[in-house]
Amino acid sequence: MLEVRDLHKRFGPIHAVRGVSFKVERGEVLGFLGPNGAGKSTTMRMITGFLPPSAGTAIVNGHDIVSDTLAAKHEIGYLPENSPVYGEMTVVQFLRFVAEVRGFHGVTRDARVEHAIAQCHLEQVRLQAIETLSKGYKQRTGLAQAILHDPPVLIMDEPTDGLDPNQKQVVRAMIREMALQKVIVLSTHILEEVDAICTRVIVIAHGQIVANGTPAELKARSPSGRLEDVFHTLTIGDEPVRKVG
Amino acid sequence: MTCFSGPAWAVYKREVRAYITSPVAYVFMVVFLVLTAFLTFSVSNFYENNQADLRSFFMWHPWVYLILVPAAAMRLWAEERRTGTIELLLTLPITLNQAILGKFFAAWTFLAAALALTFPIVITTCYLGAPDGGAIAGGYLGSLLLSGAYLAVGMLTSAMTRNQVISFVLSVAIGFFLLIAGWPPVTGMLAHWAPLWLVDGVAAFSFMAHFDSLQRGVLDLRDLAYFVSVIVFMLFTAHVVLENRRAA
Ligand SMILES: Nc1ncnc2c1ncn2[C@@H]1O[C@H](COP(=O)(O)OP(=O)(O)O)[C@@H](O)[C@H]1O
Ligand SMILES: [Mg+2]
Repeated sequence: MLEVRDLHKRFGPIHAVRGVSFKVERGEVLGFLGPNGAGKSTTMRMITGFLPPSAGTAIVNGHDIVSDTLAAKHEIGYLPENSPVYGEMTVVQFLRFVAEVRGFHGVTRDARVEHAIAQCHLEQVRLQAIETLSKGYKQRTGLAQAILHDPPVLIMDEPTDGLDPNQKQVVRAMIREMALQKVIVLSTHILEEVDAICTRVIVIAHGQIVANGTPAELKARSPSGRLEDVFHTLTIGDEPVRKVG
Repeated sequence: MTCFSGPAWAVYKREVRAYITSPVAYVFMVVFLVLTAFLTFSVSNFYENNQADLRSFFMWHPWVYLILVPAAAMRLWAEERRTGTIELLLTLPITLNQAILGKFFAAWTFLAAALALTFPIVITTCYLGAPDGGAIAGGYLGSLLLSGAYLAVGMLTSAMTRNQVISFVLSVAIGFFLLIAGWPPVTGMLAHWAPLWLVDGVAAFSFMAHFDSLQRGVLDLRDLAYFVSVIVFMLFTAHVVLENRRAA
């Protein structure tokens, strides 16, 4: 279970996240929806222990990320935005490294790595340097790293960003496959993605939650029944609307 | 040291591999060996000195390290920031101390390997005469500690920026200050107007004096303590910087 309690983040004068709270249970796939700059990444960075919150905390499977950081990090798998990886390493070297930092050694380590490689369909590229991989494989290597220890909580920042439609399908199918046993939180600004995999949606704008419900509930808010329209109404004013001509 | 267990060891191994698989490492080794050999044999006239010792070899190390160690250290954190892997690393179950120590000892191992490859000069000296073994051992120990101190400075500046060039320049500047603070021409200049305690204070802060006595084979605990303190202080400051400026 993941419980986020009144998270705030200030970067100097910028109040990027303003009191975000929610709960996610096992089996749920929570879509974090919002325009660019809404505070999705910053929220995830606080939940995963990368950034210290200015206020508030997150409880990850019973462990407080602020006061019990290391234990909480053991419970989380995290795919950061743009899937950063050590490019000069091969896929296997990289996954072994992550496995060792996570405390797996010897045969257990190798078994974990092989399992993750199979789950993310990385067999063909296992001995290739990551910097030479296509975007889709690179993204899946990042995903393999995140699920290697079979974490109860999986957090992904724009997991399908920059992928072609086929690659998107593959990654979505993988997420759906894992959904039942885990708490999954993923951010996106692609509305069709929400329809495709999320069981619940949180819309965030200007660092605040403006809606929280199932995709169907959200759609019902608009007379047109389209997610686009709801999203637009909720987050309007984010970008200055310019008149053309 | 409980700090240097599992996760730190994994980081250590990754970083050592990053060094030895990168072409930059070989360039570094070659430049280090050629430069020390050139300075020792051509500039210091090693053969004409008619002395079977390694003073003219070790005396160049502070200057060679001044340029080369920042170059070896600059990628340590700046690269993680630039590529975003710092976010991956610091969300794994590893403490910041473990990450810092793993990286530091990996880079230090690399520098130690470069230093160890200068062994032919020891053989040459032994062949030419009967050198003082204690002085040679002291020289190597001093050189190793000196490289560690420069490295800790480089680690700090690398933690401060995502730009490796900025890290390099800052690191050379700080290293240069620590180096010349105790250099006789500088202390002599200071002595004209500054009170003696200040001159001594500044000189005591410098790499030079501490390296010098080790080089002569004088194993003084205060010199060891000095280098260890510099390393600890710089790594601690790097810790503070990384703690406060993670996402920048
Ligand atoms: N390290 C940082 N320093 C200063 N401001 C930041 C930093 N990271 C994010 N921000 C600001 O916080 C806001 C939210 O950013 P972010 O969480 O990345 O949004 P999203 O992921 O929803 O696109 C933005 O206005 C962004 O400019
Ligand atoms: Mg983002």
